[in-house]
Amino acid sequence: MNSPAAPTDTPARKEATNSSPRVVVVRTGIANTASVLAALARCRATAELSSDAAQIAESSHVVLPGVGSFGPAMEELNRLGLVDVLRARINAQRPTLCVCLGLQLLCESSEESSSVRGLGVIHASITRFRSGRVPQLGWNRVEAPDRAVLVASDHFYFANSYKLDTAPPGWTASTTEYEGRFVSAIERGCVLACQFHPELSGDAGLSLIARWLHCSENALGSATGREAPNARALLSKGH
Amino acid sequence: MLATRVIPCLDVRDGRVVKGVQFQSLRDAGDPAERAALYESQGADELVILDVSATTEARLNSAKTTRAVRRVLSIPLTVGGGIRSIEDAARVLDAGADKVSVNTAAVLDPTLITAIAQRFGAQCAVLALDAASVPGAGGAWEVVTRSGRERTGRDVIAWAIEAAERGAGEILLTSWDRDGTGGGYDLELIGRISGAVSVPIIASGGAATTAHLIEALKAGASAVLAASIFHDGKYTVAQVKHELALAGVRVRPQTSETAQPL
Repeated sequence: MNSPAAPTDTPARKEATNSSPRVVVVRTGIANTASVLAALARCRATAELSSDAAQIAESSHVVLPGVGSFGPAMEELNRLGLVDVLRARINAQRPTLCVCLGLQLLCESSEESSSVRGLGVIHASITRFRSGRVPQLGWNRVEAPDRAVLVASDHFYFANSYKLDTAPPGWTASTTEYEGRFVSAIERGCVLACQFHPELSGDAGLSLIARWLHCSENALGSATGREAPNARALLSKGH
Repeated sequence: MLATRVIPCLDVRDGRVVKGVQFQSLRDAGDPAERAALYESQGADELVILDVSATTEARLNSAKTTRAVRRVLSIPLTVGGGIRSIEDAARVLDAGADKVSVNTAAVLDPTLITAIAQRFGAQCAVLALDAASVPGAGGAWEVVTRSGRERTGRDVIAWAIEAAERGAGEILLTSWDRDGTGGGYDLELIGRISGAVSVPIIASGGAATTAHLIEALKAGASAVLAASIFHDGKYTVAQVKHELALAGVRVRPQTSETAQPL
């Protein structure tokens, strides 16, 4: 029987890391940050909310949580002066986890808010599902290619009406089937962007977050955008 | 391909899980966080908490319940009951909910749905639609509010369409005629609503067997919600999903393919 006070009965919930990295969760005021913080706590990471640009630039690990819509979220990142800081982290492949809308914000634009410019680190535009029940709500299978270091094929929880259609060059993309195939996660160095919600994806999600927490700039060495063999030795994704 | 969701529902009153026929004669069914952890370990795909407390003071405790459940829960959590404003919604989300469900307040002021969807996204805005058949009018249902105490005379189909247009990301559809009876979901109602809107429908009210769940999915529901069949220990979530799988329904495996010690 589970005891709520000690949810350590499954392997994924065992201590994720000895070094317990400090994580900054970007406070945008519109995300489900409580769930993100709870998941990080279960992975034994020390996490805090912040919208301070310097802290977000310096922190070893940063989570950009995402619910809400494209336009207001970009407006908030612009208002908080976080656009350049986030771009710099992502271009340097430093440990940054972008969740759901967070993945979409990496792109140049979205059908959701056509006049708004995204972070633009990926040269792509986000589109809406054209058929089926929208939003996609529920668990769907993510298929990760062998070269993916962080994402492993498993079921994860989705809540999205918009999606990225094609794998961006230089990134390792995992895909999922919903009214056609779309890009459900991309990774490059220690940057991981997921269309699904790892913080709501049970043990599979906690395992993924734990692998990302393990990812450090030292482990990856000087990131080149290519596969990092020494990271594979450090990060086991359970194949 | 998306898996079908099986969603246990916790009706919570004064910090305890309760169960009962049409919210009358409530019986104690345990601690919400313990129940939540148990159902997640059995393979629940999401959890819904509906606060059925009678008073506003008791509802302040509901944030406490949400926080306690969030600490142990790694799957999505919808919280509803007594959410009257965007501020109420924000409080519930801050406490650890991922979605908020609105019923009575949205009927009184439909712009509440618009406000929640605009600020937090459509996937966060759940319309709890309680329906009761109109006596003497075959195939017509009206919206009921205030935990079934008030019949509004409002047509459920029109209301579902309006709510979806206003940004509700899914509809938690409860048959007030069937809730707590164990007589099966109202399949005609599910069919009509799921045909009228393109957002997912969660079927609720009346399930006693796995066959009932399968019927609801065939009628057009995207997900099935049940309370007493799980609280009574009649089925575990795992047993239900196993039977659904045998019937050809695609469900998420109970165990992750990849989670392992690191």
